[in-house]
Amino acid sequence: MAITSAPGTVGTAARPAPPSPAGPRRTSLGRKLRDNLTGHAFLIGAVLCFAVFAWYPMVRGVIMSFQRTRRGETTWVGWDNYVRILDDPSFWTAWKNTFHFTILALVLGYAVPFFVAILLNELRHAKGYLRILVYLPVMLPPASALYLFKFYAYDPSDAGLFNAILKALHLPTSQWMQSPEMTMPAMVIASTWMNMGGAVLIYLAALQNIPGELYEAAELDGAGIWRRIRHVTIPQTRLILALLALLQIVATMQLFIEPLILANGAGAEDSATSVAYLIYQHGFFQNDLNGAAALGVIMLVVLAGFSAGYLRLTAKQD
Amino acid sequence: MAQDSGTRTLISQAQLRRGRGRAIYWTLLAVVIIGFTLVFLGPLYWMVTGALKSGQEIAQTPPSLFPQDPQWRNYADAWNNLDLAKLLFNTFYYAAGAVLFQLVLDTAAAYSLSKLRPMFGNAILGLMLATLMIPAMVLIVPQYVTVIDLPILHLSLLDSPFAIWLPLVANAFNIFLLKRFFDSIPEDLMAAALMDGATPLRTLWSIILPMSRPILGVVSIFAVTAVWKDFLWPKLVMPSPETRTVSVGIYAFAGGTPMNVVIAASVIAAIPTVILFMLFQRNIMSGLTTGGLKG
Repeated sequence: MAITSAPGTVGTAARPAPPSPAGPRRTSLGRKLRDNLTGHAFLIGAVLCFAVFAWYPMVRGVIMSFQRTRRGETTWVGWDNYVRILDDPSFWTAWKNTFHFTILALVLGYAVPFFVAILLNELRHAKGYLRILVYLPVMLPPASALYLFKFYAYDPSDAGLFNAILKALHLPTSQWMQSPEMTMPAMVIASTWMNMGGAVLIYLAALQNIPGELYEAAELDGAGIWRRIRHVTIPQTRLILALLALLQIVATMQLFIEPLILANGAGAEDSATSVAYLIYQHGFFQNDLNGAAALGVIMLVVLAGFSAGYLRLTAKQD
Repeated sequence: MAQDSGTRTLISQAQLRRGRGRAIYWTLLAVVIIGFTLVFLGPLYWMVTGALKSGQEIAQTPPSLFPQDPQWRNYADAWNNLDLAKLLFNTFYYAAGAVLFQLVLDTAAAYSLSKLRPMFGNAILGLMLATLMIPAMVLIVPQYVTVIDLPILHLSLLDSPFAIWLPLVANAFNIFLLKRFFDSIPEDLMAAALMDGATPLRTLWSIILPMSRPILGVVSIFAVTAVWKDFLWPKLVMPSPETRTVSVGIYAFAGGTPMNVVIAASVIAAIPTVILFMLFQRNIMSGLTTGGLKG
């Protein structure tokens, strides 16, 4: 359709002559080379950006983690940075907190969007409005959304939005960010509210691709709504569910701005310190870039181990 | 939406039309509409009106639903004290550049990988996609060290917009999205253009790009929101007050500024992206739906 109006089209008369029979191999080789050059020319900008800002930093991060820089002099110190990092009790607290967040975020941030998407997919009215509502928080700058939660929702006095609601329902109020037990759930709630829109839309797209006949057949077999979800919806969206689970876990490793803004960093009794926050602390407050690099490598190894295990698990299921 | 009404989902149309099913459906719809409005719009209402309350009114229990004596000064203070005009301009400028760089470089790369298929193309794509699995936090320190002293060139990009623009080009998700879209454009069109003697650049410009408007729109919107939402990276590479982004600026002022003013500033910072979203929500939705993310 676009081809007919493309200015490059001059009609059939302008076709180049077929390659001469004299040297078909040389022509094709030369042409292959030229095609490759063009192909790589188109790639070069993005590849350079990847090389300088992604691939090289990865290698450099690993190298840095074995070095120490003092007064401009860089020396090789072997595992020293790792030993120092592992000796620090806050390292273990940070991992404990990050895992705690990951688990809560999987329960809330992962399951809730899926069920919201199923619900929205069933509704025949106000679809557009509801989709906009769910995606709206995604468009807020995270700092904006988090100050909203910090000052209004999680105000530990009864003037806070959440406490006012709890009080109206005659439920016990909470200290929120001031209580070590509530810090994590409070951060997960804020983070889920902020981020779930994207996942909901991706699920919705996947749900719309499920052939209606499958539900039809399941219904004829006498499957109720829950069994239809279990035996049709979930298997049909398996791939996207698996992909988003993995991305969600990668994302939870980044837990940083929530502790920084909601809990002023560490939070009550260190209940908010995350691994990402520790990297930031080491790298940009304690002037320990090498320790921070080591922390980054540890995070990478943990994630790689996790991904490998995950891939094996999903491969077995197939 | 019209296209959905014909397809059957979890629950059949017939079941919904029957007496009991119908009652349940309408109740559920009402509950969902009211519930979602409260959950997603409620906090925003609270934010906009909360910024109009006085310090005393905010601390009062139970909290008031409407500001009794709207303090418009809070918004004016936020605008002036934080120099929001400058912060917003910076953020716009970074976002615009990010769109430009990503559109040009990522589109070219995705086009090459999808249609020109040079040698090692798949290996390069694999290396790019591998970065998707690496959280930004892992790279933040070596990336920062790289930006303050670029290899070979030995330039520092600190406080330069390139420190935001160029790393954003290294976005495997965009390249994947664009490549999947280009893959869906029939090979025949390419072959026909080639027959007519069009160069690869001409084919990209005259055939591929006009057909790819929706996905280009999506990539642009993602680029803008990424800049608008990013926090730690701009905080690190734009340390001067003159080059800060709006999120970082609000954070920098939050310590010594009254709560109402911080919230007023947060509201102002949220307005541009919310407007952008309202204008382009159709594209965003369809982009996420057709963008090839189908597992």
